[in-house]
Amino acid sequence: MKLEELRFGTELLKRGFASMQKGGVIMDVVNADQARVAEEAGAVAVMALERVPADIRKAGGVARMADPARITEIMGAVSIPVMAKVRIGHFVEAQVLESLAVDMIDESEVLTPADEQFHIDKTKFTVPFVCGARDLGEALRRIHEGAAMIRTKGEAGTGNVVEAVRHMRAIMGEIRALQGKTRQEMADRARALEAPVELVIECAERGRLPVVNFSAGGIATPSDAAMMMQLGADGVFVGSGIFLSSNPSRMARAIVEAVHHYDDPKAIVDASRDLGEAMKGLDIHLLSKEEVLQTRGR
Amino acid sequence: MGVRIGVLDLQGDVSEHLLAFREALALAGRDRGSSVVPIRSADEIAGCDGLAIPGGESTTIARMVDRKGMRDPILEFSGGIFATCAGLILLSAAVEDDRRFLPLGILDATVCRNAFGRQRESFEQDLPLEGETEPFHAVFIRAPVITRAGTGVRILARLPQGIVAVAQGSHMGLAFHPELSRDRRLHLRFLKGLQG
Repeated sequence: MKLEELRFGTELLKRGFASMQKGGVIMDVVNADQARVAEEAGAVAVMALERVPADIRKAGGVARMADPARITEIMGAVSIPVMAKVRIGHFVEAQVLESLAVDMIDESEVLTPADEQFHIDKTKFTVPFVCGARDLGEALRRIHEGAAMIRTKGEAGTGNVVEAVRHMRAIMGEIRALQGKTRQEMADRARALEAPVELVIECAERGRLPVVNFSAGGIATPSDAAMMMQLGADGVFVGSGIFLSSNPSRMARAIVEAVHHYDDPKAIVDASRDLGEAMKGLDIHLLSKEEVLQTRGR
Repeated sequence: MGVRIGVLDLQGDVSEHLLAFREALALAGRDRGSSVVPIRSADEIAGCDGLAIPGGESTTIARMVDRKGMRDPILEFSGGIFATCAGLILLSAAVEDDRRFLPLGILDATVCRNAFGRQRESFEQDLPLEGETEPFHAVFIRAPVITRAGTGVRILARLPQGIVAVAQGSHMGLAFHPELSRDRRLHLRFLKGLQG
């Protein structure tokens, strides 16, 4: 019997890891205590950060990868996977996170971009990446660069779900519009989307993105989370929405419940009762052009 | 005769399990009259012949099992259980160094979570499988291993780090993810075990 050698960091292992997150909630945390609250509430993974996005907005300046000491502290506190963010294009921050053995790297527009032309070549890494996208073309470009998971960008740190909805509808709608097209028409569409034609065809055949697709950026309540699931998300990221609410532990648990029972309004009623204050939130229209995060990277 | 396979739909790679079992039933020529369905509530469990507990986050799935009152219906379930990765952890009798949740205790075995390390250490490897001449291409993702198997537990595969595939009666416990690769031999074995 001839046995094939051991292989690490394959596409199957990266996408497989993302599949294990499906139906789950990934929560932003800034310390070990928050990480434990998230795990206790039923989060499938945590995102280790220096500040949650709403606080990044307030702090201003250049937002960078979190301090390795903070990430290590969080990794030591929980047994669920730990993810962390790097700046768009900052492949050395990504090398640092891989060396720390973070389970997934988020190449994120929430941090200040380090490269305005190129995203990270994610195929060079053993650790899988998740990347943000606002439309199908952007999602497929990231997948082509090696992203194992996509999250619709929304507008992070606003507690306002409107952009998350816009981006999820855009991606799902563009995939629906591909179905029934001839190969020639799909090639034409691929040029317009600035995306590889093979990936466009794969979307049309499967009726979805070729990788797991979560929703992010503005989810602040159980109903927000359930709405994103009904719109076709495989799961949700919740950033500022949990630890800037008045009762993080209850909010975390309620959002986990709502993601699981996303099609059951009665269960969402139960999850939403007596939660205290959700995070305050921002009107997207009052943000100046420089304050909008979703336009970073394309 | 047709069989009904339920896939516990709480969290994890549920759709991959649904697809893999549909493929296996078609390969076995048993797809007519059979069904593969996601299980979202406790009262749907007893009506199945086989139950799959998928991969995902074991702590999350375990919490969901209890919140949804599924623990007793699974313990009383008379059919076979096909458990992969997180599912294997749930099915076991004990988890080493972890008091975060109480496993179901159906499989007479002790498991160690994340036995190979973090995602960076996840791997694919061909595995010699008991009773097969061809190896099985196995996908291990933040996988557990079995560190102790009781006398009634048959060992199907092992690695230097520990046991990675076992059978006990009509149950099957796997540290890796056969639903992510194309080989359906383990699914077929499980389905065969349900007949008898």
